[in-house]
Amino acid sequence: MADPMKIRAALNGDVVEVKALMAHPMETGLRKGSDGKLVPAHYIETVKVACNGREVLSADWGPAVSKNPFLALRFKGGKAGDKVSITWTDSAGESRTDEVAIG
Amino acid sequence: MAIGNRGWALWLSALLAIAGGSLAAIGWSQDSAQDPVAEYRAMMGDDNPAVFAEDRGKELWNTAQAGGKTLAATCDLGLGVGKTRGAYAALPRYFKDTGKVQDLEARVVTCLSRLGADTATLVGKRFGDGSESELESLTAYLVEQSRGVPMAVALSHPQERKAYDLGKAIFYYRAGTHDFSCATCHSQAGKRIRLQMLPDLATPEGARAAYTTWPAYRISQGEVRTMEWRLADCFRQQRLPELEYGSPAAVALTMFLAKSADGGVLAAPGLKR
Repeated sequence: MADPMKIRAALNGDVVEVKALMAHPMETGLRKGSDGKLVPAHYIETVKVACNGREVLSADWGPAVSKNPFLALRFKGGKAGDKVSITWTDSAGESRTDEVAIG
Repeated sequence: MAIGNRGWALWLSALLAIAGGSLAAIGWSQDSAQDPVAEYRAMMGDDNPAVFAEDRGKELWNTAQAGGKTLAATCDLGLGVGKTRGAYAALPRYFKDTGKVQDLEARVVTCLSRLGADTATLVGKRFGDGSESELESLTAYLVEQSRGVPMAVALSHPQERKAYDLGKAIFYYRAGTHDFSCATCHSQAGKRIRLQMLPDLATPEGARAAYTTWPAYRISQGEVRTMEWRLADCFRQQRLPELEYGSPAAVALTMFLAKSADGGVLAAPGLKR
């Protein structure tokens, strides 16, 4: 099971600023390990961000995104206390969802 | 006027010299090279992926090892068993129980070995390209515990003074195929290697800026790297003999830098290229 995401969500006027760090190896499938064999690809394919269940961002990612990715976004229409949830799904079929209240 | 081949060559070289001169006048400032990393840091703000290593380190610190005991209940980093806040700011220091001057990493290895951990394997793969080990996680956590604390290495014990002097000697000692010392790259202001600004470690400001931001999360490697790893990599770049992890030389050099950084407020784990 992957480590929990670190999410911050802050209300700035009428804009919610979300910053998230995800713990993920993001293996491209092109790197060789110390045994000389290719390390199998393992990367996040989709990321979805929702505010109180309403989708505010949907992204398709690929192997070009760095290890332990950082995502920042802004959206309108959120209120203090609303729940921002982020879900990623990776190429191995694993997924993780974390949520935080807008502060 | 007839200009022979030789004449043309002279003309050309004169023109090139002018072009070269004007390029220099535009001024490829060495400082501007730092901006991409600074921008990266500004964008990340308070977020640093080292936080994942810190979390793992905290868990390790409080989890029972093979012997059934935790590091938190047995490990003394110099301020008393289990005391972590501010401990890193006073390291390296002399430890009575081992009779040695130890830095954080050497001390953590001692603590782990006392709980029956296989530290030989741990130290053996220490400077490889491997992924995070217990050492990086624990170091990240313990260093984070001193965030905001000013560096204050005592140098009150004769052994500590000796380590400092040895570290200083190593810093200025030229050796290897390149006849390099640490000071070759790190004792002038405003120099860089490729796009990396080189800290001037011979001044308190430079030493503070560098020492207080290591260990750090290396973006290019996606890993937390420790102070000793940084030193060992400098040794590799200088083509010096491999720096042995936790060795007197590694600790002494750390001692010299830690003392030079006296008063610098710790902001590690940092975020580096």
